[in-house]
Amino acid sequence: MKKKLVSVMLCAAMAMTLLAGCGGSPSDSDSAAGGDANAPSQGEDSTSGGDKEQADASADDADQNGSDQATGTGGKSCAILVKSAGNPYNKKMIEGFQEIMDAEGVTCVVKEPEEASAEAQIKMINELVAQGISSIAIAGNDPDALQPALEEAMNQGIKVCCMDSSVNADSRQLFVNQAGIEIIGETLMEAVYDITGGEGQWAILSATSQATNQNAWIDAMKTVMEDEKYSKLELVEVAYGDDEYQKSVDQTQALLANYPDLKVICAPTTVGIMAAAKVLKDEQTDVKLTGLGLPSEMADYIGTDDAHSCPYMYLWNPIDIGRLTAYVSLALVDGSITGAEGENFTAGDLGDYTIEAAADGGTEVVLGPPFAFTPDNIEEWKNVY
Amino acid sequence: MKKKFSLKGITSSRETSLVIVVILLCILVQLRNSAFLTPGMMENLFKNYAVTMIMALGMMCVLLIGGIDIAVGSTLGFSGMCASLFLRDHPGMPVIAIFLISIVIGTVCGTLIGLVISYGKVPPIIATLGGMYVFRGLAYLVAKNEWVAAYQFTDGYKDFAQSKYLGFGLLNNLIVLTIVIYVLFFIFFKWTTVGRKIYAVGSNAEAAEVSGIKIKQVKIMCYAILGFLTGLCGAIYTSLYASAQGDMGTGLEMDVIAACVVGGVSLNGGRGSVVGVFLGALTMAIVGRALPLIGVSQFWQTAIKGLIIIAAVILNVLTQRVMDKNNLKGREM
Amino acid sequence: MATKSGRVISAQKPFDWKKALLKWEVFLVVIFIAVNIMNAFISPYYLSVNGLFTATSSFLEKSFIVLPMAYVLLLGEIDISVGATVALSACMLGISFNAGMPMGAAVLICLLTGAACGALNGLILTRFQELAPMIVTLGTQILYRGLAEILLEDQATGGFTKVAWFKNLYWGKVGVVPIMFIIFVICAAVFGVVMHGTTFGRRMYAIGSNPLAAKYSGIQVQRIRFIIYTLTGLFSAVTALFLASGMGSARSNIASGYELEAISMAVLGGILTDGGKGNFPGAILAIFILGFLRYGLGLVNVASQLMMVIIGLLLIVVVMAPNLNLGRFFKKKAAK
Repeated sequence: MKKKLVSVMLCAAMAMTLLAGCGGSPSDSDSAAGGDANAPSQGEDSTSGGDKEQADASADDADQNGSDQATGTGGKSCAILVKSAGNPYNKKMIEGFQEIMDAEGVTCVVKEPEEASAEAQIKMINELVAQGISSIAIAGNDPDALQPALEEAMNQGIKVCCMDSSVNADSRQLFVNQAGIEIIGETLMEAVYDITGGEGQWAILSATSQATNQNAWIDAMKTVMEDEKYSKLELVEVAYGDDEYQKSVDQTQALLANYPDLKVICAPTTVGIMAAAKVLKDEQTDVKLTGLGLPSEMADYIGTDDAHSCPYMYLWNPIDIGRLTAYVSLALVDGSITGAEGENFTAGDLGDYTIEAAADGGTEVVLGPPFAFTPDNIEEWKNVY
Repeated sequence: MKKKFSLKGITSSRETSLVIVVILLCILVQLRNSAFLTPGMMENLFKNYAVTMIMALGMMCVLLIGGIDIAVGSTLGFSGMCASLFLRDHPGMPVIAIFLISIVIGTVCGTLIGLVISYGKVPPIIATLGGMYVFRGLAYLVAKNEWVAAYQFTDGYKDFAQSKYLGFGLLNNLIVLTIVIYVLFFIFFKWTTVGRKIYAVGSNAEAAEVSGIKIKQVKIMCYAILGFLTGLCGAIYTSLYASAQGDMGTGLEMDVIAACVVGGVSLNGGRGSVVGVFLGALTMAIVGRALPLIGVSQFWQTAIKGLIIIAAVILNVLTQRVMDKNNLKGREM
Repeated sequence: MATKSGRVISAQKPFDWKKALLKWEVFLVVIFIAVNIMNAFISPYYLSVNGLFTATSSFLEKSFIVLPMAYVLLLGEIDISVGATVALSACMLGISFNAGMPMGAAVLICLLTGAACGALNGLILTRFQELAPMIVTLGTQILYRGLAEILLEDQATGGFTKVAWFKNLYWGKVGVVPIMFIIFVICAAVFGVVMHGTTFGRRMYAIGSNPLAAKYSGIQVQRIRFIIYTLTGLFSAVTALFLASGMGSARSNIASGYELEAISMAVLGGILTDGGKGNFPGAILAIFILGFLRYGLGLVNVASQLMMVIIGLLLIVVVMAPNLNLGRFFKKKAAK
């Protein structure tokens, strides 16, 4: 009896490995075909019967796909490499990217590292180079560490641009910036000023102490704060929740305990703002919250009355970042832009964009100002992203 | 008989030393920040670390038989994610059903690992290392890279971790749950045959086998118990934080193991007690909670946590040595 | 039914074990070939000499940890502080380099830091022999990571690529062969010879199979343990060098999770955590099996989540497979 159980288990496991081994190709094929039935759903069902057929089917898929790619080397294939898997924000960015690539008939390759580390991204860049990809669009986990790998890629003639979180100026041709760093700094400071009524203590809850974009925004906020207008605001602490839910909760509770007079917490990170919102709701304090957050995650906490801690917050549309990045990648591959300052291009429905000089010495295109989510529009947006 | 007596002496005095450590820690923190020893703060502490405390009990079972499980973080992520997805798609389900789903999935994961270890003869660290990758991957895959957001949970589920109906309005539900589980396990290990069997297998597997204990079944049971508690914690975690992410619980296994070891559970098996585990988990919770409170720089906190673990473990060994020496002396006289 | 006669033959357990062990490397070679055939089928880009050598760069830097980790596991112990040691050593490298030291001196400091971290593990473990290595290295893991955070706070330290020879550690090639590959082969050969051809190696096996017996037969168990932990720290620093060279910079959060990857590779290679068992060539084979498997699946862009499931299952199934036969024989015997 037990023996049977064990052998059944083993067989299931082996079949699953087999399936998984072949099942990988769907993620590729669906990226070519248009991304709803992705590989994940197959893997999860595989414990049930019919493994063989599924495996066969996906093997066929793989063959077909392989030949597609082999013949397609003359054509174009563009890759998007996000920070990490398992994050809806990244997923939305990928969706936007894929949508445009499919519309243009270009092969789209999606890479999501299992953890948000530069090492994992370097490995994936090497894999992309080996596939002879035309362009890489990357959201960097580290601004400097990817430089050697990306330079190597550019030496092979691959076009490199980045979105969302920038890599340094030497390792990219163009940065698709979701919103200008200064604008974000000013917007958030204005929000803090507005919610506190112009005076009192406030704190920042950031992601990891290493996150480039977070630190840039926090620095921008600090610069803005030097203005006379904000002189009555006191920034008491910058806490780091490491983009981990539990740690962010701990940090928020510590902020509340340490600073009884705290008026506002500003969390420019999607995980942090969610955790902070939860704490503020449970503790039923008067402390208010603002920052950058995903509307779907924050829908429960946005409102003007006392029961809701967050009167309004900001974000940009990650789907649009993906779309704009796709247009940028295509234009770089076409050669219609090179990433130099002053060049113009048209990004489909998004309109015309001009490449500007970025603060770090490179160039960038800016998607637009951050969008405010208020109690009036949150119901509409929470289902979008 | 004499041996049994001395064993009892050791465990009780080891716990005394831990109590002293806990009290010292509390006093130190209290001196730095008077907001620490307040009812609200304590409630938060027990609420947020209920997951670690409950899982530490399960981990103790596994450590007692000389095993280890580093897949618990992933198991928690997987079971919690499955339950949350179910709740998202079937908002009419009662809270208890969601908890049951998570528990069942956790138990199945634990049992599978137990089977692989006992019948497949895979060393525990390898089996659970594999399990760690597999369950984490599955957690991402079932969720299709999405999170379950607060608005997708029912109010009943979100309120469970915040309200006090299980504690008759006095104590938070999670704290009540933690206490009940600890009491049950105390009884289980102290006064039931099965509980004593676990100790027997851990201290001397061969002797246990000769005396008729079915080792494989005990092993599978221990992993199943841990899976059960992990599944329960998966539901608690998602209810407490009102959201589910594919990466939740990453690294939790090390916190849980550290809590056990600080509490005096031996990684070689056979030694450890429910009270010790409670104190160990409490120490870890206080450290985690207090470091942001006492105004230590963000960047120093990790190093201090590491130092405290090492110090606690070494202290444990030193007290053990002193006690062993005293015991020996007593025997000579 | 055929198993019925098979059961009688395999009643002599020890003999069977030896056979299984002998088969292990053969088994790994078969898997290795299978992985390569599969990869060649699923991706037209796989079979290219240049590509394959470049692929080794993405996993060889962490494979330097596998070499001493094999020794640690052979002793029946474990070291999970290696990832943090890598981070701390790399941070020390960056700090000393940016403080104006020549690169050579910075490299030396990096190696010394690694060795010191390993020596501290060894010191605690030999002083307090009752302690399980798992928990001590768990504590030092947090400690070393914390020290790296104290040193660098939220900053990166970089500019290593300015020194050409240092950049070449990771990126340089002799013909098509990466320099890192050559260094790895040399190191692996030395480790292999020490494990299988010297007294030191035999003593490690002795300690791994029975530490008490080893002690009574005059082996300085504690000294060997100390040396091996220090060696592990040293080679973590070597990994730090290659990693820093590959990234041109260092941060306190690099190399997280390397310990588990190194352990998986060594275990897949047949060096089980029980101690006293396993061969070095197996571990090397396992490095390449896992590395090429990931590379091949990466070439056809398998989702990394799915890759986790595959690697995890592979680990369990491969370690379980040879044991299952034995388990079955036991069952039959009991049933009779």
